[in-house]
Amino acid sequence: MCRIGSIKSKVPVHPSKALHLMLPQQEGHDNSGFAMVMQDLYGIFSNYKDKPLLSLACTQRGAELVEDFMDSHNFVQLAEWIPVPNKQPGLDIQAMPYYIFRNYDYPEHYNEKTQTERETLLLDIRLALRKLLEDQGEGFVYSFWPDVLTLKEIGDPRDIATYFRLWDDNGCLVAKSIVAQCRQNTNYDIVRYAAHPFFLQGYTLCANGENTFYTKNKEFQKSLHHGYIGFESDSQNFLYTLHYVLHELKWPIEYYKHVITPLPFAEIEAREDKEVLQAIRQSLAHLEINGPNTIIAVLPSGEMITCCDSKKLRPVVVGGDDTVIAISSEVCGLNEILPNRDMSKDIYPNEREVVVINNDLEVQRWKQ
Amino acid sequence: METVRTQDIGINDLNWKIEYNQERCTMCGSCVASCTFNAIEPTMSRRSITVSKGAQPDPKHKQITIPVIKQKASLTEACVGCGMCEKVCPNNAIRPVRNGDTRKTLLSRDNGPIKRGGRTNLNAQRTFDSIIVGRISQMTDPSLDSQRHTFDIRAPFGRVLSPHELPFNLKNGKLSLAKKTPPVNWIYPLIFSDMSIGALSTRAWESVAMATAYLNEKCGLPVRMSSGEGGMPVKLMESESLQYMILQIASGHFGWNRIIQAMPKMKVDPAGVLIKIGQGAKPGDGGLLPAAKVAEHVQAIRGVPKATLSSPPNHQGLYSIEESVQKMHLSLNAAFGFRVPVAIKCAASATSVSVYNNLLRDPYKICGGFFLDGIQGGTGAANEISLDHTGHPVVSKLRECYLAAVKQGLQGQIPLYAGGGIGMTGNAAADAFKMICLGANGVFCGKLLIQLLGCVGNEQGRCNSCNTGKCPTGICTQDPRLVKRLDVDRGAQKIVDYVLAFDQELRKLMAPIGNSSLPVGRSDALVSTDKAIADKLGIQYVC
Repeated sequence: MCRIGSIKSKVPVHPSKALHLMLPQQEGHDNSGFAMVMQDLYGIFSNYKDKPLLSLACTQRGAELVEDFMDSHNFVQLAEWIPVPNKQPGLDIQAMPYYIFRNYDYPEHYNEKTQTERETLLLDIRLALRKLLEDQGEGFVYSFWPDVLTLKEIGDPRDIATYFRLWDDNGCLVAKSIVAQCRQNTNYDIVRYAAHPFFLQGYTLCANGENTFYTKNKEFQKSLHHGYIGFESDSQNFLYTLHYVLHELKWPIEYYKHVITPLPFAEIEAREDKEVLQAIRQSLAHLEINGPNTIIAVLPSGEMITCCDSKKLRPVVVGGDDTVIAISSEVCGLNEILPNRDMSKDIYPNEREVVVINNDLEVQRWKQ
Repeated sequence: METVRTQDIGINDLNWKIEYNQERCTMCGSCVASCTFNAIEPTMSRRSITVSKGAQPDPKHKQITIPVIKQKASLTEACVGCGMCEKVCPNNAIRPVRNGDTRKTLLSRDNGPIKRGGRTNLNAQRTFDSIIVGRISQMTDPSLDSQRHTFDIRAPFGRVLSPHELPFNLKNGKLSLAKKTPPVNWIYPLIFSDMSIGALSTRAWESVAMATAYLNEKCGLPVRMSSGEGGMPVKLMESESLQYMILQIASGHFGWNRIIQAMPKMKVDPAGVLIKIGQGAKPGDGGLLPAAKVAEHVQAIRGVPKATLSSPPNHQGLYSIEESVQKMHLSLNAAFGFRVPVAIKCAASATSVSVYNNLLRDPYKICGGFFLDGIQGGTGAANEISLDHTGHPVVSKLRECYLAAVKQGLQGQIPLYAGGGIGMTGNAAADAFKMICLGANGVFCGKLLIQLLGCVGNEQGRCNSCNTGKCPTGICTQDPRLVKRLDVDRGAQKIVDYVLAFDQELRKLMAPIGNSSLPVGRSDALVSTDKAIADKLGIQYVC
């Protein structure tokens, strides 16, 4: 079983905070990896918040391939952070030779382009880089988006943190939003791409559990958008549906839950908006999710959300104070990083509920 | 001395031999009276026996003549194995026994092709039985509890739009429909399929209709029943119960005069309209109602004289799928103000995917369902050569249609319903569930229903005399004397009980795979012990 966690803060926090959130829950995960997506970055990335940031793990040859590709596509490198690893003996990590986090400026002819065109460009470049590295077995590209950093690695999360010096908060790597989880895929082959959180065009998603409608989700999603690829994990379905509902169909977030866990027909019938809900249920029937699961997602607006399956077979808890709010599979994670919060205000979302934390840390909760 | 005449028909030339125990028989006559086929008769039989009647043994040889029941050696009055004699005999003195040496099929074409009812007897192989629900949720992905969890067992009937085609307005963060969308009814995924008044006795049809109403009103299961080609009683069309009925229009258009006349008086809309293009049991052949079954009330409903009613193989005036969509779908949609979904039923065929593709791509978005009827479907009357030698198995064809839609991202837009052999072994829920995992939204069944009413026909050549007007169970005949054999209420109860069990059994299959709504297209839940079937259907092979 997996555990997931996230932190949303008014002040930038360091990844060690996310590790402290996750490690008390380690009985529930198998310490087989660490993956996180950091958004709303500060520290060394403060000056480049509007410039796409490439997150990459690769070989030397892979790094060259990427550089050549980006040069030939007129991306201009602005800044770069290459972690200097602590290669002390005995660490449980299957590290790649290079980890590159690099800000680029858009090609000059994109200065006049619309936001949508820029978003498409960033996606297409990431997909092309992924293919380039995948074909030659030279590395992995996780995200290419402004103000978003992704790190995924195989091994013991504590050792991964030691390797990347994530225990030492020197102020260079901080963000106001971090989503994390601590293991590799256990259902299928261990593939770095299969580790959540997943990221697509401003949407980040992490899931705990199973999606037993994986096959029908996948078969449908493949035809919906060229960015819906991989499917190394059944949790990617959640992300693609989130992206499809909000980014492609441009529906409000309120309707996401109606797509993944639609109300029973009898309940739809009793609603004022039954025509809309029925139309959604029938047209997006192949995006319904079944099975036990909880998700944490971050939207392009910076809002962080969580919800769970229609039977609440996977728990999740939200708690915090005026400065930091965290979401965690288990309350012990919250107790570790927010021991002084008012626990009576912790939220345990039910099976029909969605919890949204906005950038001012105001928490909204509603029933679908 | 008797003379052997080679061309004479003997009992051993027939499919069934009557096993008669004269010592048990009291000559009550029940068996003869119950045999609708005149296959047996009372007669006198001369016996040469030795008897002793006194207190002391006093054997005497005698020639006596006793009354017995005797099978007729006749092709036209042959025993069909229905077993009514056995059922009615108070002393277990008589029963039909299958004859392995029969020559009947060979000899029965004196008056043209052999006709019969029932299912194919030649292609009754069961693909379903080598498919297992093999993906069981355990550990981190728990099975659900079939009795305590809630399950949403419904299927769409109507044209479903692509998500990006939904005419939504967004105002103040709320979506609303800007204009009407095609009608879609969410119904129970088991449809009682098209058996007409005519093919069935009015009472048998009524029994199925009663079960339908009961399931809807008392059990909360929105089961729908297709009228079959032959119209409906006016009173039913003018009642609220019309909402449970799917009106069928087939190539003979029988019954539609009355339907059209009843329209102004309809209080509710019917559940749907089903255009029957073809039938799995006899594809490429129209409906057939032998004159023997065209009773007075059937003549009235259909507006026809007493004659054999042969529907043409095609809807006259249609020559293409596009035209079918434009003419029939549009006019039938228009007839009910575009409030009632109009679906189409075709016999499964090597060309089914092309037909489905055409319907999926029709610009009017007007086809509300594709019913695919396989070779194992039943019929009230057909040429045996059609039943046994034409048609197409439904399982792989349904799968191909679903995957064709998947390839285009159009799955679910025209709901797929599969039929033809569903529940052939009595386990309809398992068949339905597997069909749904392969991509069907629901299934339809007909033969199963009349078997629940009491029909004894089967795929091993038993009875299957639906075409003769002599149905021994009163189900497929219009003979009032025979119809009285059928208890309408008990028949309806049998169907209701079966569907309630079907519903529980569906849950028993959904729960272990961790699904609370129907796993349409969830082929990963299935495995097959047959490599060829696994490969064909794209599911895991296991051994």
